[in-house]
Amino acid sequence: MEPIIIEGTTKTPSVKFDAAQGVFELKGRSIPENSVEFYKPIIDWLDSYRDTPMDKTVVDIKLEYFNTSSSKCILDVFKKLEAIHKAKNSVEINWYYEEDDEDMLEAGEDYESIIRVPFKMIEINE
Amino acid sequence: MSFDIDSYLSERRPDDVILDFKGSVDSDFINNTLDAVEQRMVDLDEPPKLKKKVYNVLVEALQNLFHHVDSVPRDYEGGSGDRFGMLFISRDNGAYTIVTGNFILKEKIEKLEEKIKRINSSSKEEIKELYKFILNHQKISEKGGGGLGLVDIARKTGNRLKYLFEDYNESYSFFYLEIKINSKAD
Repeated sequence: MEPIIIEGTTKTPSVKFDAAQGVFELKGRSIPENSVEFYKPIIDWLDSYRDTPMDKTVVDIKLEYFNTSSSKCILDVFKKLEAIHKAKNSVEINWYYEEDDEDMLEAGEDYESIIRVPFKMIEINE
Repeated sequence: MSFDIDSYLSERRPDDVILDFKGSVDSDFINNTLDAVEQRMVDLDEPPKLKKKVYNVLVEALQNLFHHVDSVPRDYEGGSGDRFGMLFISRDNGAYTIVTGNFILKEKIEKLEEKIKRINSSSKEEIKELYKFILNHQKISEKGGGGLGLVDIARKTGNRLKYLFEDYNESYSFFYLEIKINSKAD
């Protein structure tokens, strides 16, 4: 299956989901006014990946900012990953946050408490 | 928590004002404002933590206007359009204050005020739980809002939301919201 690759902009994150490697990355800023429109192709892609996932999927979330409207879409992405995990495949979410960015750490912990997938909180020191 | 816009504006020193805007809050305005305020904070050499809080809160405040403003009453001469709002940003002793204003149909006041009162009477922990509950249970509305903006603002700032509904005519009021971001965000 083809990877999904979307270049980042000042308001939307870069997306690199590689189905053949099982390595996914979401990076940058996610603050569009219409987040549903941006995330829809990603959600659809994950629905296809779910049919033939890799034994192990590693997801790196490296967000600098995200708005509340994206937060719901990101939850939808995680729910797709949760379904893959539930079907006995290994899924791991690495949640990166910058040193001292407690808001971003807390946001990761919110997801960790809702989604039944192993999370790792990783501090980035600049 | 009521808020007196006139005395608020008259107490600001011109040097403290970062932005004073009245007009259409469209996507371009949001982009330009975020860029300008971010650059200003870089120039002021603000601590990274404060920069992030202000940016995050400003995104939510602007997108709240974008998604929720009601159109301008016909007889209003101060502006027009579907997304008319006001935005005022000031900085005083390292703390930031963001004030937004927009017309609201009177029938919507009760629900909005109820929501703000609920947030203002909640503890830090309760706000966190409220955020998680809405995140997990509420769908994104047709307008694109997720119903999380105000909760997120209160959570990130740790401050109460100050607000005012100013009577305009029989159908409309003008809604002011004052958001304060402390210089040493905790």
